[in-house]
Amino acid sequence: MEYPNTIKTFPTRRTLLAAAGAVVATGLLLPARAQGLAATPSMRGGANNYRPGAPIVDRIGGGGFWMTGTVRRAGDAALLAGQRIQIWAHTTEGHERDPQSHGATLTDANGAFRLEMPQIVPAFGQPHAHLAYDDAAFETVFLRPVMASASDTSLSADFVLLPV
Amino acid sequence: MNARRVLIWAAVATAVVVPIAAAATSPLLAWRDPVYILAGFAGIVAMAALLMQPLLARGTLPGLSPKRGRRVHRWVGGALVAAVVIHVAALWITSPPDVIDALLLVSPTPFSVWGVIAMWAVFASALLALLRGRLRLRPRTWRLAHTALGAVIVAGSVVHALLIEGTMETVSKAVLCALVIAATGMVIADLSGPANRTR
Repeated sequence: MEYPNTIKTFPTRRTLLAAAGAVVATGLLLPARAQGLAATPSMRGGANNYRPGAPIVDRIGGGGFWMTGTVRRAGDAALLAGQRIQIWAHTTEGHERDPQSHGATLTDANGAFRLEMPQIVPAFGQPHAHLAYDDAAFETVFLRPVMASASDTSLSADFVLLPV
Repeated sequence: MNARRVLIWAAVATAVVVPIAAAATSPLLAWRDPVYILAGFAGIVAMAALLMQPLLARGTLPGLSPKRGRRVHRWVGGALVAAVVIHVAALWITSPPDVIDALLLVSPTPFSVWGVIAMWAVFASALLALLRGRLRLRPRTWRLAHTALGAVIVAGSVVHALLIEGTMETVSKAVLCALVIAATGMVIADLSGPANRTR
């Protein structure tokens, strides 16, 4: 059977492959910037034993463990100074539900925070910490990072916050 | 009193006592309140009971006739249910949201769902044992069902325990779990053996 000219010329498989390849190459070389940095979703169990309004402290309890991280804005990824981050965990000095286990700190001019707290020890099967941003300017986020090893003396967690 | 009988009981006693004693030396205990400590040990006792149960069911323990062994098995079964309830209740007192997450199967920890599955299998197994007469189960049906639930209990409990970083010492925990699996394996193998047809 004789195929009409239209089937042979548009679009041939070769044309389609070339076009697809061009789109993929463009996508790999020029990543789409329209969305920007995505906001951090809250982690499962992150809000467990949360106590709102933990006081800003220089150090939680006797110290010995460093909780660090950064706070950025979603979209343009700008580092955010002066943001309040709450931290709590099961440590050598108290359970998660104990008021003295909770403290807050502010990010510095570089959007970074670091708060000294007592050594975190495994609770409910994992050595882990809880962090929260719960002020008015951005959507609330709860994080629950797990330590790689119970003998680690620091842990880091970063926030990317969505403006309200 | 022959040497073989003594050795078997000594081995079982060692298998049960060593993990419990090792857990008692865990540094984590210094940073836990009594209820949380109770929760942990209830779990360890439950695991030890999981070693006793298949041995009792098989009549492996010398000095216990098969009938007496099954009677003790029923009592230890009741103790197992109690240990699981205490384990979950004491954990709930320690941190209600973490236990609620686990029971609703939305916990962030990988071991929770295995524990919850094993828990429901323990309850189902006990319920089946209580209703066995009323349901008029044929002996073979009963054995298959109860053994199958036992297999689920053991599999869930072992995965649960091995994934947890807690008060149990690592090596003694692994050894106890291996012994529980071996003992349960023997019971499962028994299902196709000659004893199955006479009981």
